[in-house]
Amino acid sequence: MASALINVPATARRGDIIEIKTLMSHIMETGFRHTVTGEVIPRNIITNFTCRYNGDEVFRADLFPAFSANPFISFFTVATESGKFEFQWIGDNGFQETASASITVT
Amino acid sequence: MRRLRNISLSLLAAVAFTSLIEAAEIAPGERRSGASFMSVETQAMQNDATANPGMLGVLDGEALWTRKPVAGRACADCHGDASSMRGVAVRYPAFDDKLNRPVDLEQRVNLCRVDHQQLPPLADESRDLLALTALIGRQSQGMPIETGADSRLQAFIDKGRDAFMRRQGQLNLACTNCHDDNWDKRLAGSAITQAHPTGYPVYRLEWQGLGSLKRRLRNCMIGVRAQPYSADAPEMVELELYLMSRARGMASETPAVRP
Amino acid sequence: MAEPDRTTRRQFLATAGAAVLGTVSLVHVGPVHATPDTMKAAIRDVVNGAAVRPGKVKLDVPPLVENGNTVPLTVTVTSPMSDADHVVSIHIFNEKNPQPNVGNFYISPRAGRAQISTRIRLADTQTLTAIAKLSDGSFWSATADVVVTLAACTEEAT
Repeated sequence: MASALINVPATARRGDIIEIKTLMSHIMETGFRHTVTGEVIPRNIITNFTCRYNGDEVFRADLFPAFSANPFISFFTVATESGKFEFQWIGDNGFQETASASITVT
Repeated sequence: MRRLRNISLSLLAAVAFTSLIEAAEIAPGERRSGASFMSVETQAMQNDATANPGMLGVLDGEALWTRKPVAGRACADCHGDASSMRGVAVRYPAFDDKLNRPVDLEQRVNLCRVDHQQLPPLADESRDLLALTALIGRQSQGMPIETGADSRLQAFIDKGRDAFMRRQGQLNLACTNCHDDNWDKRLAGSAITQAHPTGYPVYRLEWQGLGSLKRRLRNCMIGVRAQPYSADAPEMVELELYLMSRARGMASETPAVRP
Repeated sequence: MAEPDRTTRRQFLATAGAAVLGTVSLVHVGPVHATPDTMKAAIRDVVNGAAVRPGKVKLDVPPLVENGNTVPLTVTVTSPMSDADHVVSIHIFNEKNPQPNVGNFYISPRAGRAQISTRIRLADTQTLTAIAKLSDGSFWSATADVVVTLAACTEEAT
C-alpha cells in the first residue's frame, strides 16, 4: 500500500482558485540505470496521474522517467461545489493507487 | 605541468599543516543547521509538510505503529499514540542500562521489537525501520536536541570526538578538517556544512529516499577513501553520539531534506 | 622510440592518479542520449507542424541546482482560462536526458490558473523547454538554462 500526501484546502468559497499538491511514494526507476555487472534495471515508473472533482476530470498528467522519485505534482482548480477530489496514479507493472480528499465550498 | 603539481602539493601541505594546529570547535553562537546552506527551493521542500518527501516515510511509520503483528503487540499497544514519543528522538543516542553502552534510535527500535514484541529486528536502512525512526523523530519536531546530558555517556562522547578529530582514509582527512574548519566553503560545487545531524532520518535528494545518519556517515568515510564503520560497530554509535551532543540545543527538523 | 613512449605513459599515469583522487563516479551509464535534434522531433510530434512562438509561458527553475535528481520547476502560462481562451496542455522537454520528454499536463478552464509545479531529474547541464497549447490551436514556448553539478560525496566506492 503506497503512501500519498495530498494537500487540498478543507474549505473554500465558490469561485476561489485553489492549489492542490500531491506527493506519491514511488521509486520511479528510469530504466536507464545499470547494475555493477552491466544489466539494465528495468523501468518502473508511474505513467499517468488524474484528478477528478465530483467525477469530472479537472487535471491529467503524463509522467516520463525524468520525473523524480516520489513524484510531486501541484496544480490549480476552481472551487465550484462541495464534494470530493479523487486522485489516481497508474504505472508500470500494474501499479494503481487512488486517494481522495473532501472539500466544503460555501 | 611540474609547476602546477608543485602548487597543488604545497596547497595540500598547507591544509595538512593548518590541521596540525588544534582544530577549533564551532562556537555555540555560530552553529547553523545544514538547512541554512541549502537553496531556497530545497528549504521550501523541507518546510512544507505536504511537499516534503520524507513525510511519506512518516506516513508509512504511522501505519506500522498500529499494525498488529501475527502474534504479539503493536507499538501502539504499549506506547499508545505515536505522539507519546515526543521528546524521545532528541535524547538519542541514549545510554542503555542493560547493555551498558549507548544505543541509537534504530537500535532502540530493534531492541523493543526483539525484547517486547518477540519480532525479529528490522534490517538497517530497511523501509520499515526508516519509517519508524522518521515517525518517532517527527514527534520531536522543533524541540532542542538534548543528547549527551547523561553523565554515563561522557566516556563514549569522548571516543566519538576522537574519531571526529582523527585523520583517516587515503585522503587523510579528519571530519574536523572540513566540518569545523571549512564549513563556509564549497567542495566540488556543494556547500560544506557544519555536519549537525538535526533532521535524521533525512530525505536526501542524492538518494531519492530516506536514509539514516549511519548511511550518511558511511558516505563521508567512503568520500575520504576510508574503511567505513559497519552499522553495528560501537564506533558508529560513538560518532553519532558525539555529533548529536555537538548539536545540543539546535532544533530537530526530522524528516529534513538535504541535497 | 622507447624513450618518448615511456615519458608519455608516466605523464598519463600521473595525471590519471591525480584525477582518481578527486573524481566522483557517474552511476548513470546511459544509452543513446537525447540531443537537441531528438528534442526537436519530440516537439514536432506534439505541435504537428504548427508554429511555436516564444511568449506567454514562464518556466521557473533554479539556474544552479543542488542535485540533479530532484529539480523543482514551475510552469506558468498567462491566460484568462476562460471558455473562449484557455490553455489546453503544457509540455516539458529537455535536451540531454536519455529521453526528450519530461511530462505532459492537461488542463481546462476549470483550472482557473494555468500553473503546474513538479520535480524532475536532469542528467546534465542543459536547456529545458516548456510549450503550451492554447484553445485556439496556437503554441507558445519558454526555455531555461540549468546548471547541474554532482554531489561531492557519493556512496559508490569505485
